[in-house]
Amino acid sequence: METVYSSIPFLAMVTPLCAIALIIIFNNKPNLRESWTILASLIKFGLIVSMLPTILDGKVIECFIVTVLPGLDIKFKIDALGIFFALTASFLWILTSFYSIGYVRTLNEHAQTRYFICFAAAISATIGVAFSANMFTTYLFYEMITFSTYALVAHKETPEARQGAKVYFVFLFGTSVAFLLSAIFLTYYATGTLDFSNQGIFSDARGKGLSNVFLIVTFGLFIAGTSKAAMMPFHAWLPRAMVAPTPVSAFLHAVAVVKSGIFVVVKIVLHLFGINLLAELRLGIVLAYCASFTMIVSSVIALRQDNLKARLAYSTVAQLSYVIFGVALLTPSGITGSIMHIVIHAFGKITLFFCAGAIYAVTHKTKVSELDGIGKKMPFTMVAFSLASLSLIGIPPLGGFISKWYLAMGVIEAGQIPIIAVLVISSILNACYFLPIVYKAFFKELPHGETAERNEAPALMVVPLVLTAIGTLSLFFVPSIFLDLAKMVVANLN
Amino acid sequence: MKTIQDLPVLIIVIPLGFAVIIPLVARFNRLLPWIIASTITFFCFLTSISLLITVLETGKISYWLGGWEPPWGIEYAIDYLNAFVLAVVSFIAFIVSLYSRRSVEMEINEYKQSAFYSIYMLFITGLMGIVITGDIFNIYVFLEISSLAGYALIAMGRKRDALVASYNYLILGTIAATFILIGIGYIYTATGTLNIADLQERLPALFHSKMVLVALAFFTVGLSLKLALFPLHTWLPGAYTHAPSVVSCIMAATATKVGVYAMLRIIFGVFKIEFDIHFIPIANILIVISSMAIIAGSAFAIAQTNLKRMLAYSSVGQIGYIVLGAVLANQAAMTGSIIHILNHALMKGALFMVVGCIVYKTGIEDISGLNGMSKKMPFTMAVFTVAGLSMMGVPLTVGFVSKWYIAIGALNAGMWYLIPVIITGSLLSAVYIWRIIVNIYFPEEFPGHELQYTDGGTRITDHKSQYSEAPWSMLGPTMALAALCIYFGISATAPLYIAEKAAVMLLQ
Repeated sequence: METVYSSIPFLAMVTPLCAIALIIIFNNKPNLRESWTILASLIKFGLIVSMLPTILDGKVIECFIVTVLPGLDIKFKIDALGIFFALTASFLWILTSFYSIGYVRTLNEHAQTRYFICFAAAISATIGVAFSANMFTTYLFYEMITFSTYALVAHKETPEARQGAKVYFVFLFGTSVAFLLSAIFLTYYATGTLDFSNQGIFSDARGKGLSNVFLIVTFGLFIAGTSKAAMMPFHAWLPRAMVAPTPVSAFLHAVAVVKSGIFVVVKIVLHLFGINLLAELRLGIVLAYCASFTMIVSSVIALRQDNLKARLAYSTVAQLSYVIFGVALLTPSGITGSIMHIVIHAFGKITLFFCAGAIYAVTHKTKVSELDGIGKKMPFTMVAFSLASLSLIGIPPLGGFISKWYLAMGVIEAGQIPIIAVLVISSILNACYFLPIVYKAFFKELPHGETAERNEAPALMVVPLVLTAIGTLSLFFVPSIFLDLAKMVVANLN
Repeated sequence: MKTIQDLPVLIIVIPLGFAVIIPLVARFNRLLPWIIASTITFFCFLTSISLLITVLETGKISYWLGGWEPPWGIEYAIDYLNAFVLAVVSFIAFIVSLYSRRSVEMEINEYKQSAFYSIYMLFITGLMGIVITGDIFNIYVFLEISSLAGYALIAMGRKRDALVASYNYLILGTIAATFILIGIGYIYTATGTLNIADLQERLPALFHSKMVLVALAFFTVGLSLKLALFPLHTWLPGAYTHAPSVVSCIMAATATKVGVYAMLRIIFGVFKIEFDIHFIPIANILIVISSMAIIAGSAFAIAQTNLKRMLAYSSVGQIGYIVLGAVLANQAAMTGSIIHILNHALMKGALFMVVGCIVYKTGIEDISGLNGMSKKMPFTMAVFTVAGLSMMGVPLTVGFVSKWYIAIGALNAGMWYLIPVIITGSLLSAVYIWRIIVNIYFPEEFPGHELQYTDGGTRITDHKSQYSEAPWSMLGPTMALAALCIYFGISATAPLYIAEKAAVMLLQ
């Protein structure tokens, strides 16, 4: 594979950090301050798109930054998988920036400067994770995400926010130090390198005489250490983190934070252990069963949530496990489906959170049971909500169908026909917790005393959520770039 | 050319001489002692750097005191290990003396201030002497100089508790010194020499002798007391808590490090590594003890309410890391241990300096006093955050570098069960540090009772939300250390190069 050396990845990573400096300087001029966020998000997206043709040509881009110590480099290497995630995250950051501005101004949030600073730091770190060339760089940015989002989760500074943020930190930092870091120590000790490779660092584990027990323990530590992927039993932080302002939940807890966790899991499976080794150790199927368990159980929990954001949170837990499930099948279609689900879930879930935020900003309603007839007051919001939920249920012609299709194909390729039932049951459960909301919104009467007059959120909030909803539609009709990239990832594995 | 050759002795003699001169000139100008102390420590720093460069070029410097040839005369022998430690000690001494002026003005009685600088110079002389000398009895002499100076420095604290802490340290320190002296006596009886290089040659033949075994036992206990290895750490929390802030800084950042150096030199330099492993399992015993130190030190730190005492217990845990890395006795772990001498000096120095700034500005030492301080002292709190993250071992800070090497070293030694110990230590330090960082930026509530703030000595009632930073003469050095915490965390190659060479040398 041809390698191109370029500093664009580094620039893309530091653009938001530069914006932080400008945000601090223009602390007292809100319009100017926000313009830096928007500008940075556009520049960053432009930089990432500019790398796309090179990647689609089948090349990889490398960018060396610094040697921390011999053997540990901070280094970027952009392959199809990395650009896939970076593209998703940086595009949605643009929309989220607009939405955030609308949200914090409508609600007159305090500490807006800190909010935008931490947001920029988080997106910078997310891109760092997407681009990293070795596990050390990944770990570094993975921790940076935890630290920068802590302040966003604790944003409201109420006792609940404080408590939620504490749980958030204990889970994310605790597991990453206790398990992920240990696993990294073991990997470096056993192989002498942390650089990702398409065959996997451990691909010649047999040649190095590593025992099965060692490999299984290391894999277990890796999976337990990436608690951002929210697989049970390490999911408890995600519903608690919903105390954060809604744009934070939308972007970070549907796109950046959780998807970094998922991305790391995918990297671990594909580029650290390699599918052949995992198939040989039968670890893939174990992981798939763990993910299936999470999919079903958290969907059942979601059914019982009356708080809209809590329901979305448990739905996120379930949907993330789809990705893990797909990659754990270790078959080409399964991996394709899993990677596609990263972008499809990102668009769907961010729309749903945007809608939840718009509803809260206008009506201050947070509960599902209060949403009777809200479709008459906020038609755009609720239509977008319906589209996104149908996509996540997996109904054509929406994006969700594509990933579910590939996942089902993957199951068949893996020869594990019984677990198709898991996909079916979980889709039914998805329908059970999403459709009642849609039904209530459009077919129930408004509560007594409320008029049906149109009362949408400000355009800064509605336009982004309509765009992401259109995104879920268009991902069905023109998934080409994303699908091409996902297929490239699979093709490169061999 | 002559003076350059004499640098090893000048670095000792000059501060020693000025320790006497400072009280004399203090009558002319109140600032003069501080100026002299800063200049001299700066000179020492430059000298140590030039020695370090020479060592990197030539491998070893040997200076014969009075021109007497080594086995008979005293030799100052400088190799990779002590050139490195010397640079660390003199650098911290310089930074702390830059920092000291305002803090000393506030925390130490006016009539004691010139005495403070004088004793400070003696203290530094003692520490550098331990590091630079190649004679084991000389180590004892300088150890006593630095210890006696240390007792006096601690006793300068504002409260009467300082006297108790100092007395406590005096008793235990004297026991330690006696043990070390007995150890020296035994090996002198066995070998008839005090020169370290000479001892290295003669001892292996005597490894079966009971006398040598007993000597090692005395050395180990005496040095463990001196460097506050759990469970012989009891003097340390009191001493750090009640000493003036400047003294806590210099002691936390350098004194224990020099103790560690002495241990490395005697256990691995004088005695050979195979003696420590094959003849008596001293290494295994110390692995257990230092693991306990890592866990217990950090666990005790969590329970503290006084900021200085918390940092003191955290030092106990960190010393555990250094000793653990050393006694694992392989290259990676030893490198981690040696580099942690620098790294811990940087981060603990920065943290104690932050405490000094807070005490200067507000007069409070309690952890709860930091609630919501980010508005009042944003820069100081930023330093606390950086150094604190470093203590937690977050990547891109120095703490990660040392932890990485010690962990890989533990795996190389085949002791995978030490990984949970190292990780637990990190997690426990995350508990006590992160708790404070959160309170700084997301205050639970402002303390209900009106605290009396003292702003550089003048009492004022102030609100925390008001911006009121420590003076730049204190903030500057503090921020410099924090910057180095990050710099050496991002690019650790230079100190690692030296640490690795020192490790290879010790393990020969």
